[in-house]
Amino acid sequence: MIKKKSNWPVMAFLICGLMTIAFPLYMTIVIALKQPTEMTNSIQGILSLPKSWSLANFREAMRVTDFWHSLGNSLLITVVTVVLSIVVHSLLGYAVGRNKAKSKFYSFVYLFVVSGMFVPFAILMMPLAKQTAELGLGNWFGVVLLYVVFYMPMNVLLYSGYLVNIPIALEEAARVDGASTWTTYWKIIFPVMKPMHATVAILTALAVWNDVMTPLVIMAGSNQNTLPLAQLNFQSQFGTNYNLAFASYLLALIPILLFYIVCQKQILNGVVNGAVK
Amino acid sequence: MKNERKRTFLLITIPILALFVCFNTIPLIRGVIYSFTNFKGFGSYDWVGLRNYMDLFTDVRVGKSYLFTFKLAIVTTIVVNVISLILAMALNSKIRAKSFFRGAYFLPNVLGALVVGYIFNYLFTYIIPAFMDMIGLEAFSSSILSNQNTAWIAIVVVCAWQSIAMNTIIYISGLQTVPEDVYEAGGLDGATGWKKFRYLTFPLIIPFFGINMVLSVKNFLMVFDQIMALTKGGPAQSTESISYLIYNNGMSGGQFGFQSANAVVFFIVIVLVSVTQMKISSGKEEQL
Repeated sequence: MIKKKSNWPVMAFLICGLMTIAFPLYMTIVIALKQPTEMTNSIQGILSLPKSWSLANFREAMRVTDFWHSLGNSLLITVVTVVLSIVVHSLLGYAVGRNKAKSKFYSFVYLFVVSGMFVPFAILMMPLAKQTAELGLGNWFGVVLLYVVFYMPMNVLLYSGYLVNIPIALEEAARVDGASTWTTYWKIIFPVMKPMHATVAILTALAVWNDVMTPLVIMAGSNQNTLPLAQLNFQSQFGTNYNLAFASYLLALIPILLFYIVCQKQILNGVVNGAVK
Repeated sequence: MKNERKRTFLLITIPILALFVCFNTIPLIRGVIYSFTNFKGFGSYDWVGLRNYMDLFTDVRVGKSYLFTFKLAIVTTIVVNVISLILAMALNSKIRAKSFFRGAYFLPNVLGALVVGYIFNYLFTYIIPAFMDMIGLEAFSSSILSNQNTAWIAIVVVCAWQSIAMNTIIYISGLQTVPEDVYEAGGLDGATGWKKFRYLTFPLIIPFFGINMVLSVKNFLMVFDQIMALTKGGPAQSTESISYLIYNNGMSGGQFGFQSANAVVFFIVIVLVSVTQMKISSGKEEQL
């Protein structure tokens, strides 16, 4: 009964809160759609709806920031990282998860890899910039390799934790039929871990897509950009043309916004699973 | 049969472990080695023993960056967790359109921190001063980003705007583990409002509080993108986070060796803070 009464104040509070989220996004959209001549110094001038709807800013922003190239790089890096992470991390999670209880070696490997979670990128970045350059990896593939290493601690922790709930009898049945461990893994364990694959894919994809620091440090000499990196590198070219800058920001946000709208449920589940485990 | 299984596990583990060692352990060791040199990032270098570490503790700029980073991490953690807890309770109560609200409130978390920083940069530089002017508060009509005493507040706001989403979701999943009959029993004993929260709800979600504390502090100590987008460390180096200082002076400022020493100390600080936090929160759990 009490809960029914407190319903409206709670709703009002939540709607007010939403304004703080909606306002910066609204501002981004209206500025991106306007021309510099429509921007007066008053708030009304900046925040009013544009008089004529024009996509000219977007066309120009795409040209200035080499949008399609950056988008392509971001997609390539994210997709390859996610696929490699699912394969590599689940394999290691499996090897470690099945053995760490009885083997000193595997429990050491587990601790060794998982403690990598505490290593800040700041300490790795300078040696890695040198190392990747020496190995000819100062490009998108070098960035992918680094991501596979950086997200290994978290993902191995998740996978080996998930394996505890998968009965070993499942594998033994297959082994009795003469299947090798390798085949058993791909035929039985890998498919069973599907919910964890989804979690790992979501967490890794979000982190990789939005990361600035790794490509900034590693791809500096390659003349290639990811979507966020392009915003950083072309910032000076926008000058005081904020309409152009905001069109570019909006373009950089649209892919992840669409992804979020389509897969909202999976993303929320994935994030919660990842954090609480 | 047993051998085949053992061999497969080894064949899986060794190459992956090698990859990890190659791009995590080796650079870590190289970073430690560089910290004992006067390496500029190019050319030849000499061993300088512990001099970088001695200099670190007397370097004003480094000291300032630690103070700033910790101030930011502590204030943002408190702000974020207080708001997240309130929001989580609101979102967990019986309301209409619950899943819409949850989805909308999580949105900031999926957006890239750099672009969000740029958007807020404009908001702080133009919109808020213009708004203050309009309502007649001329004292606040200059941008908080241009004042070295207030610029850090802008960074707190942007960090909070994005991370509240994450912490709220974790608190909601915590609140969902609290069984309804706990409240019913508490209600009979007359627990309402703050008392109900303090003695019933909060103790039951302490593990989730622990997760949030560790996540928040660690993330905010490593803050970088927001600094890059909002202030670039300024004005007057008042908002240089440790990561930003290491990047800026180490990668392009010719202080490769010195900033490596800084990074080593930073690494130790992160480990100490995280381990202490985990000890505290797991200790609390046992008391329950």
